[in-house]
Amino acid sequence: MKIDFVSRYKIFVTISLVIILVGLAITIFQGLNLGIDFKGGTVIYVNIGKPYSPDDIRSILSSQGIQATVVQVGEDKQDALIRMRYMENQSEIQKKLIEALKEKYNLSDERFSVDTVGPTIGRDLTRNAILATVISWVFILIYVAIRFEFRSGVAAIVALVHDVLIMVAAAAILRTQINSPFVAAVLTIIGYSINDTIVIFDRVRENQKKYGRSLSWAEIVNKSINESMTRTINTSLTTFLTVTALYVFGVESIKEFSLPILVGIISGTYSTIFIAGPLWVEWNERSERRRVAAAK
Amino acid sequence: MRKKSGLKLFLIILCIAIASYIALNGLEIGIYRIVPLGEGVQQGLDLKGGLYVVYEADIAPGDPDRDNKIEGAIRVMRNRLDRANQHEATIAPQGTNRIVVEIPGVSNPQELADILMKPAVLEFIGPEGDVIITGKDVKSAKPGYITGQKPVVHFELHPEGAKKFAEATEKYLGKVIKIVLDGNPISQPKVNEEIPNGQGVIEGMENIEEAKTLANLIESGALPVELKQVEVRTIGATLGANALERGILAGIVGLSLVFLFMLVYYRLPGLVADLALVVYALLVMLITVVARITITLPGIAGIVLSIGMAVDANVLIFERMKEELRAGKTMRAALDAGFSKAFSAILDSNVTTLIAGVVLLYFGTGPIQGFAKTLMLGVVVSLFTAVVFTKYVLRLIIDLNVQNKKLYGV
Repeated sequence: MKIDFVSRYKIFVTISLVIILVGLAITIFQGLNLGIDFKGGTVIYVNIGKPYSPDDIRSILSSQGIQATVVQVGEDKQDALIRMRYMENQSEIQKKLIEALKEKYNLSDERFSVDTVGPTIGRDLTRNAILATVISWVFILIYVAIRFEFRSGVAAIVALVHDVLIMVAAAAILRTQINSPFVAAVLTIIGYSINDTIVIFDRVRENQKKYGRSLSWAEIVNKSINESMTRTINTSLTTFLTVTALYVFGVESIKEFSLPILVGIISGTYSTIFIAGPLWVEWNERSERRRVAAAK
Repeated sequence: MRKKSGLKLFLIILCIAIASYIALNGLEIGIYRIVPLGEGVQQGLDLKGGLYVVYEADIAPGDPDRDNKIEGAIRVMRNRLDRANQHEATIAPQGTNRIVVEIPGVSNPQELADILMKPAVLEFIGPEGDVIITGKDVKSAKPGYITGQKPVVHFELHPEGAKKFAEATEKYLGKVIKIVLDGNPISQPKVNEEIPNGQGVIEGMENIEEAKTLANLIESGALPVELKQVEVRTIGATLGANALERGILAGIVGLSLVFLFMLVYYRLPGLVADLALVVYALLVMLITVVARITITLPGIAGIVLSIGMAVDANVLIFERMKEELRAGKTMRAALDAGFSKAFSAILDSNVTTLIAGVVLLYFGTGPIQGFAKTLMLGVVVSLFTAVVFTKYVLRLIIDLNVQNKKLYGV
């Protein structure tokens, strides 16, 4: 396997940029599909346990004058997910609705999960999410810079920022709900996606020792990526398999967490192969050219 | 040499088989009984069903009494929950002005949420069970000391309350007047003298902190601070059980897929990695039980995710081994070189995952912390099983002179 990744890197960066910009455009014009953790509101999850028509629930809602959306979810579509915006007299409205549902479908309390979040929590969550993301980037940058060198650290962080942007863009494009599980997914990817980038840089370091300056930056990185390719794909694949199992079998909140992770794993593998290494080459070559120009 | 290695290998496999059996089915020897690991795991309320509430206290950020007020509120809530027979509830402060209440395994979460928010009732009750005054009659209550070091609460009553109290202290001189909050006696002072001016002292506090809290409680006659429910999550037991079942199913399927992949792709070393994976799963469960880590739904997700990450180190090592074998090294040399050369990349990858885990643990709340804990546990345990255990077993196999390179996927 001998593929020249470095010289084609502009194509790869463009592909990523297109996805990120589409996501950004959707975010600007439609906004992200923020869930109650960020916006406040109530979600009622009920296991009805038999086939039902969501229109029946909608008519209960409209008879009580409640504005809410109803989605059929779960195995055999026997669960209902009712989402409403935050209102002042939340708990009374909720109680009446739950009573009506219990009566209509003859249900016990055990089949309900009700999450109510006030409008103030979201601010903290947003702040904490951004803080946590940035802080983990900084720590990882420091770590990689110490273990390798500053430029590898920056290249690795660029790849990580890329992964987070892709995850957010994918969430915007797919209109997935963004709640705290999404934030956890982003941080997990920050910790995980760097792994295969490290493997490549580890190999680059080794090849530099082995070949010195007899090979160019680009040749070394190409060689390293090709040599590590099986590793990069297999390590991601095993994790991808388990997360797919989570997505297929898990309940709603687990799906909310595993879908962004799946996107992150793909994006992480992509950015490791197509972005981190080539970026490092580009940077080194430019500073080399500047040095040569300065020497003249 | 060969015999010895073969025996060791046999014993290791036997141990793993027995441990797996015990983990799944438990064991009874005479009067001793080991429960299956699954039963020993503490389940979070998102799996058992229950109530999770976050309250926000209305306190100015610079309030010097902030911690006391929060502490007082926690005490009031504890009282109310004890009265509702909810002894399993945990109540903890979060950040500077929030209180988190978690009550696992209740069928009427909404009712409990209401109990917690009811205004509390403070009453002074005479020996005949008659209510003398209530919290409404109290004008102020301040912590202080009498006779130099005895912590007490000084209280002052509104004129009307003072009149009622004066009559009562005259009537019950030498007897006990109970001070009751929400039906729970908080103090049982004896009336030593008539108190005509509506100013009194309550004794019987352990320290000044307690006096402060009590003063706070009396002043408000209820919660010492205005509390708002900012987050209420109730999980029905049926739904929790379902989430657990499907989480375990996801784990089993994920584990099997990884198992198969390693076996097919890496042959003999892959089989060793699979053994290591079984050891890994056993260890994670054992540590969870022994360290009493509460397993939540995100926690299960963390464990399943870490199964996929656990074999990453093996992939790096085996790929290295293949390279070394292709370069013409002997089996043993290839094994040693594979491990030593892959180690730095393995260590670095695990450290970065741990960094993200620590950040999650620090910034996350309840469920997210559960995820961070299991993820970090998984990373640390897998570092041991994928490196130390795998290396040891592979060595034994090479000692047995299994030298056919095809078996190693070369």
